[in-house]
Amino acid sequence: MGELKLMKGNEALAEAAIRCGADAYFGYPITPQSEVIEYLSEQNPYERTGMVVLQSSSPGVCLKQEGLAYIAGAEVPCVFADVVRGGPGLGTIQPSQADYFQNTKGGGNGDYRNIVLAPASVQEMADFVPLGFELAFKYRMAVCILSDGAIGQMMEKVVLPEQKARLTEEEIKAKYPWALTGRKRGTQHRVITSLDLDSARMEEHNRHLQRKYDEVTKNEVRYEMIDCDDAEYVFVAYGSSARIAQKSVQLGRAAGLKVGLLRPITLWPYPTQAIRNLIDKGVKGFLSVELSCGQMIEDVLLACNGRAKAEHFGRVGGIIHTPEEVLEAMKKQIIGE
Amino acid sequence: MAEITLQDIIQPENLVYEKSKLLTEKPFHYCPGCGHGTVHRIIAEVLEELGVDDRTIGVSPVGCAVMAYDYFDVDFVEAAHGRAPACATGIKRVWPDKVVFSYQGDGDLAAIGTCETIHTCNRGENITMIFVNNGIYGMTGGQMAPTTLVGMKTATTPYGRMPQWPDGTPNNGFPLQITQLLAQLPGTRYVTRQAVFSAAAVRNCKKAIKKAFQNQIENKNGVNFVEIVSNCNSNWKMSAVDANKWLQDNMLPVYPLGDLKDNFELIKK
Repeated sequence: MGELKLMKGNEALAEAAIRCGADAYFGYPITPQSEVIEYLSEQNPYERTGMVVLQSSSPGVCLKQEGLAYIAGAEVPCVFADVVRGGPGLGTIQPSQADYFQNTKGGGNGDYRNIVLAPASVQEMADFVPLGFELAFKYRMAVCILSDGAIGQMMEKVVLPEQKARLTEEEIKAKYPWALTGRKRGTQHRVITSLDLDSARMEEHNRHLQRKYDEVTKNEVRYEMIDCDDAEYVFVAYGSSARIAQKSVQLGRAAGLKVGLLRPITLWPYPTQAIRNLIDKGVKGFLSVELSCGQMIEDVLLACNGRAKAEHFGRVGGIIHTPEEVLEAMKKQIIGE
Repeated sequence: MAEITLQDIIQPENLVYEKSKLLTEKPFHYCPGCGHGTVHRIIAEVLEELGVDDRTIGVSPVGCAVMAYDYFDVDFVEAAHGRAPACATGIKRVWPDKVVFSYQGDGDLAAIGTCETIHTCNRGENITMIFVNNGIYGMTGGQMAPTTLVGMKTATTPYGRMPQWPDGTPNNGFPLQITQLLAQLPGTRYVTRQAVFSAAAVRNCKKAIKKAFQNQIENKNGVNFVEIVSNCNSNWKMSAVDANKWLQDNMLPVYPLGDLKDNFELIKK
């Protein structure tokens, strides 16, 4: 077992990145995630450990969309963290989940996807860093760790991963032959680019990316179910909203309501089949609980495909919903009284 | 007396010049008369002479040279528009023993990438930056760049670049002296302005580019920055010969050739 510490979510993410072997780090201080850049600067990761971390919060992540589209096109592994604050524009520094669309549906140009992991605790802020690197290198694509100001700022107990050694150049050459390390004499030079003006090749490149995304969808869907075995009504919530909805489930169960929680851990690929399975098992309705005006609800509705009722409930502008009002919304909007 | 045939002449002992082995067989897509081909050739020769082809990583821009990676037989990344110095920074920081260079035009380096250019130079990254300045957006069809000369006609300044309206209100602004600006930053070690319009200019340019790589290879800190004042005969709408003449008469007075900074010391003229 690793080391047990009391840490902020942002610090846990930064420490986990160092322990994964990250020795280069590019970030921009934006509230509420500035601790990440501060922590990494203090710890001098280059002295302790070739992976690269990018990190920012909502307005900064807008600026990263250009690079993410290039990363997708050029098939370069990348882990980036978005500690979401309220928008649009400069919005507010308070927690929000209003960047669901930006991170799950794109933001940059072109037909591309990023894997999106949604931590709901400080422990998961740490755990999803090694998982993120593993997926990013396995599929050669960007992985987003999508949290929010609440998860980033709160302190909890966390078990940190073991320190990994930095890969040597020889190990990198053997494991990742596409990585640019200087062209070996007598071999073909390598190019990392997202550009190809030959339409036939570009179409095939896009088809190749889609096949890869299909593979990710098949293998990497992650979610958690709480009290869903006999549930008739299910909250669907991720990240900080899932923590609140978990309490709403307890309150509902105490009041005799058969409610449960489906917590998507991957927001892309989305646990569409898990929702369909719940409908098959008799769930009549879903309430998508998000700190937004209704974004993830679109994926819930697609999964339901008209077979069960689904609505959105959420507070915005930096206000965090209470477990009581979430349960009330379930009663009013889905169960009906 | 036996007649001397071409075959008799084409012998190894008579060889005075050959194409660099670090240029691929792919034909250049550049317009005939454009300076990019010459600059590519110089870089390839320098890398070959320095024997660093197996540890060189180039970063190509967006613009006419976007596909530079097809012509150099070294590893290459194609960066987003203007971001080549940022990309080169990342590579050099993770691989300090690699030889890293960026290759950009004026639209890329001095317009959309100004932020990356200035901060890379200000941080003093140990890289080589090649900047080909022809005063115009070439690939997109000849629009005004920040480096466009006053009065110069382009697709977006059809009446000539006018920095201000006659009443003094702002209009197209002034030619951006990005190279002078970078020379002022403490992070730049070697800043020079060269050209490739004549054999003499090409020889000087090659010396400068070689020095810009040698400094990096010798782990001398600081950015090595080489501007090459070049032509865009297609978008200047001139023959290649006329464009080179026009360059000397009009570009060089605004962008004079020579070293601006060496060994972190500004060169006073």
